[in-house]
Amino acid sequence: MAAPADTSRRAQASRRARRAEKAPSGGWRTIAAKEMADHLASTRFFVLLLVVAIAAVVPLLFISNDISSQAPTLSGTKALFLALFVVGSKSIGSVTTVTFVALLVPLVGIAFGFDGINSERNQGTLSRLLAQPVHRDDVVNGKFAAGIAVIALMLAALVAFIAAAGIIRLGIIPAPEEIARVVAWFLATVLYASFWLAFALLLSVVVRGAASAALIGFGTWLGLILFGSFLLPIVAAAIFPTNTGGTYNDLFASTTAQQLFLRLSPAQLYGDIGNALLNPTVNNVLGFGNVGQAIASQEQLPTLLSLDQSILVVWPQIVLLTALTVAMFALAYVLFLRQEVRA
Amino acid sequence: MTDERTTPSADDTGDAADAGERPVRPWEVAPPERQNREQPKAKRRVTVAEVLADVPEDAVIVARRLTKRYGDFTAVDRLDLTIRRGEVFGLLGPNGAGKTTTVLMLLGLTEPTKGVVRVLGLDPTREPLAVKRQVGYLPDNVGFYPGLTGRENLRYTAKLNGIPRTAAEARIDELLAEVRLEDAADKKAETYSRGMRQRLGIADALVKSPSVLMLDEPTIAIDPAGVDELLALLRRLVAEFNLTVLLSSHILGQVQSLCDRVGFFSAGRLVAAGPLAELAGGSDQPIQMEVAIEGPPSAIDPVVLAVPGVTSVAPDPQEERLRIVSGSHDIAAPVAAALASAGLTLVHLRRRGTDLMELYRKYVPEGIDGRAR
Repeated sequence: MAAPADTSRRAQASRRARRAEKAPSGGWRTIAAKEMADHLASTRFFVLLLVVAIAAVVPLLFISNDISSQAPTLSGTKALFLALFVVGSKSIGSVTTVTFVALLVPLVGIAFGFDGINSERNQGTLSRLLAQPVHRDDVVNGKFAAGIAVIALMLAALVAFIAAAGIIRLGIIPAPEEIARVVAWFLATVLYASFWLAFALLLSVVVRGAASAALIGFGTWLGLILFGSFLLPIVAAAIFPTNTGGTYNDLFASTTAQQLFLRLSPAQLYGDIGNALLNPTVNNVLGFGNVGQAIASQEQLPTLLSLDQSILVVWPQIVLLTALTVAMFALAYVLFLRQEVRA
Repeated sequence: MTDERTTPSADDTGDAADAGERPVRPWEVAPPERQNREQPKAKRRVTVAEVLADVPEDAVIVARRLTKRYGDFTAVDRLDLTIRRGEVFGLLGPNGAGKTTTVLMLLGLTEPTKGVVRVLGLDPTREPLAVKRQVGYLPDNVGFYPGLTGRENLRYTAKLNGIPRTAAEARIDELLAEVRLEDAADKKAETYSRGMRQRLGIADALVKSPSVLMLDEPTIAIDPAGVDELLALLRRLVAEFNLTVLLSSHILGQVQSLCDRVGFFSAGRLVAAGPLAELAGGSDQPIQMEVAIEGPPSAIDPVVLAVPGVTSVAPDPQEERLRIVSGSHDIAAPVAAALASAGLTLVHLRRRGTDLMELYRKYVPEGIDGRAR
């Protein structure tokens, strides 16, 4: 039997060779294909599609009624097509498609990820899967890719439906620029969903029970939505206590901290990105740093930004959201690779 | 068979061999701190080549001083094991003795803390895919995707192994027939009984046409009739596909008939290994044999009693067709010859197993329930 001499150079070479060792099956693609087929056939997919469709279509119905009733006064209005997404009808409290999507996307992301790894473990399929010639990271990668693909499919169907409704029912012809904006918003939404999907996958690695993972995931989502604005001042106050006798500087530090936390929140980041991408008039998402800026913005003539300028406005947010998503996925990935196979 | 026995006193091969051997992967768990065992100061480093020097040509599974620690807890302790091509080796021991950990290390699913492993000449931690391509594995508590049918589950495994579609379909059909699941093949796996799942698991392990099979507790939680059926199936498959098999079990009686050799595992250590008869205490001990012929069994008695070495013949209390022949260790061949020359057709001749509970008590001091800490 061959017994290689174990010089360190040889060990290094074979370490490199191990990564280069090719899975006979295309590795993660096979896993992703199977996961995607599972998702598409699941009740979960059907229910979520229904929820997302209702949530997105109801605002569309109302706003399209508003638009058609005011049609004569609207001729020549710029970016009317985008209004289908961002303007809410007064009759339903100005709720827009975009706000609904922003609310529901985390739910979708969590729903396709919370039982990714732990259900395999509990079913006893994980050790069988890993005994096949696939790399261990192929499993996480495949599941993540399948989740993103399914979410993208769902959102694409939704966007296409809204666009089609706008074109057919209202006769609004979107300009190429508007289509590009909707596509950019779609990509940003998929990115945001990926963040929550990665978070859910992380939970599925760490939490052994699928039900507990789902509870923690949905709890976090609800908590951020309901209590985010409520918790923020508390956290900031804990770090920078503003006593009754506090100076102006203390107050300023507290406010700055609140803003910082707010700007790190994925929900806020996505909100800013969506706002700038779908609304060409938005040229500042961060608020004003000083009184001068506020005055300057009031004196500015209302102009429409081009898409690349809009992207520039929220470029930091896009980078940060991408970074958060990558970090979340990396954490799930590393923890999974370090985990023992046996339950 | 000396190389399978553990040699606790010889402590000079392991450390140096794995100092270079253990691959460093940033994402893997950092190995627990080396225990400072008392070692001679100027210790010569032993290379892997030297450790593996005594390995026979046809060895398929080799472990040398294989150790796995979880923190302070040693799951597998300096295991030496050699399994040759075509052999069926039974790893026996109570729950928690380290059997599953051993199998996982042999498959490259868990990284050894120390020691050398070779499966088919490959190092499973270095070349996991090459090993997994040739080794079929039936995990402890095997599970299937509940929403997929049995056939779809096997199809997924075939896909992961990169088997072309048409070849895979033929192979899956063949295996489903082999494990007698043709009728249930297109039912969802969630409807399967425990025994069916186990049989599907065996088919699953064989989809990739492996040359080595590792079965972790293949008979667990199956009723006695199911166990017999499963063992008969395994015996047939092992012969048919010419497999080398490592199987683990905590119920000796169930697997003994299948194994060429067994190893007793206790508290992470292999305390004894070898053919069952040898372990039972010397090959020159008196034995008992079951004999059955075509026609009335009473015809056996006069013929067999005339064979030198035979001490007694008695009817079997449970099976009336059987005669129990007792005598010295070498009576099997003369008894068969005598029956043949007397014109009787021999239909069954089997050596009665040695008392396994006795063996268990001898080698596994802490008993069946758990490990001594």
